[in-house]
Amino acid sequence: MAIDKNARYLESHEFARPEGGVMVIGISDHAQAELGDVVFVELPAAGKVLAKGTVFGTIESVKAASDLYMPVSGTVVEVNEAVKNDPSLVNRDSFGQGWLIKVKPSNPAEFDTLLDADAYAKAIGEE
Amino acid sequence: MAPFAGYDMPISYPTGAVEEHLITRRSAGLFDIDHMGQIEISGPQADAFVSQMVSCKVSDLAPPMARYSLLLNEAGGVIDDLFVYRLPESWWIVVNASNRATDLEWFKKHAASGVSIVDRSDETYMIAVQGPRAIELIDRAADRPVSEIPRFCWGNIVIDGVPVLFGRTGYTGEDGGELFFPSAEALHIWEYLLRRGESLGIETRPIGLAARDSLRFEAGMPLHGHEISPQVNPLEAGFKWACDFDKEFIGKQALLRIMEEGVSRKLVGIEVFGGVPREGYEVAAPDGTRIGTCVAGMYCPTVKKYAANAFVAPEWAKTGTELSVIIRGQPRQAVVVKRPLYLPAYRRAGV
Repeated sequence: MAIDKNARYLESHEFARPEGGVMVIGISDHAQAELGDVVFVELPAAGKVLAKGTVFGTIESVKAASDLYMPVSGTVVEVNEAVKNDPSLVNRDSFGQGWLIKVKPSNPAEFDTLLDADAYAKAIGEE
Repeated sequence: MAPFAGYDMPISYPTGAVEEHLITRRSAGLFDIDHMGQIEISGPQADAFVSQMVSCKVSDLAPPMARYSLLLNEAGGVIDDLFVYRLPESWWIVVNASNRATDLEWFKKHAASGVSIVDRSDETYMIAVQGPRAIELIDRAADRPVSEIPRFCWGNIVIDGVPVLFGRTGYTGEDGGELFFPSAEALHIWEYLLRRGESLGIETRPIGLAARDSLRFEAGMPLHGHEISPQVNPLEAGFKWACDFDKEFIGKQALLRIMEEGVSRKLVGIEVFGGVPREGYEVAAPDGTRIGTCVAGMYCPTVKKYAANAFVAPEWAKTGTELSVIIRGQPRQAVVVKRPLYLPAYRRAGV
């Protein structure tokens, strides 16, 4: 499984990656593999303010539905419309084209509290 | 892997459920369906016995014909759905894995002298080959062309030295067939067909349970325990066509009564906008009143829709009726749609 070294992670497999002043949020490659074929993604509208740890959307695979949790607090500035139309992008490229939302963080220090790539790799048993 | 009626079955192969579905629709899928049971009925009284037991007309079935049928209880509930093959000397009944013991017991309970009932499930392996190129694949893999076998008929063929009973039937809405052969040859035939597909340039992949379910769902075929069950009668589920009211069969009197009274609910297809409906989700009227429950629901990869099947009162069953499906506490917009979502190959003109 691929792990994005520039991202940090929740144990529930969401990642946040700083990019030009915003945080790109999505799910890890490990998570998409565990879910199986993703067939539906529900995401918040731009402008929505969400706290770290709250549910920001839902991802549904052939097998099951899962809540998505905010890795950091902030305001949604962009939603990946492409992934809403073609949820399989999450399976094909979860760290890239399959990103979910971009957030303007309200407390940038929260990023440092997340698991770094090595700790996440350990958490999913891929050292 | 998931346990299924005592078998370990793959939900999907590494290909993935959606792609497996699409491969079956565009080329050929291989289904390991040995969990299906086969019951052979023979003897001097077998014809009359089978006719009394199953809902469909069988008196006009001569070899090599086969027909879809239901097995009903006295109340008209569906014990199982079956494929009935007319063999030269016997009846070959293909039953669902989870109902094999129940069906066998039901047959034996009603059998008089002159009827022999034998469970052939363990000695028989069953693989389905389905898809627009499935017939071409078997044509080139067998000793004689199966393309000459009409729909819903069977023929004896030999594949790489193995005698196979080939039924031109299936559970996907595509052309293709179902292969019955000795269990010891299972791996041999499975690998041979995959290899043959590759050497012929016919894309052929193993297909798991998830895609088997979405293929049958799109094509409007029932899965026992969902669209049909002992608590559901064929009139509610849209299977009056599988019942021959010109003959006697178990459950007929109950169905005639229900027909007179009118059904209290009907099976409908529902398209849902904004979420994946799943089994057990409730269906609501626009005012929020609960009016039914989804018996199956999923993403349908060919028609690219989220859809469910549910039983609702007849007044809610008309195509175009606006409803909602409750997805994790939230009512989601939904509408009654025409079934099936995907027209099976045998119902398409010119196929």
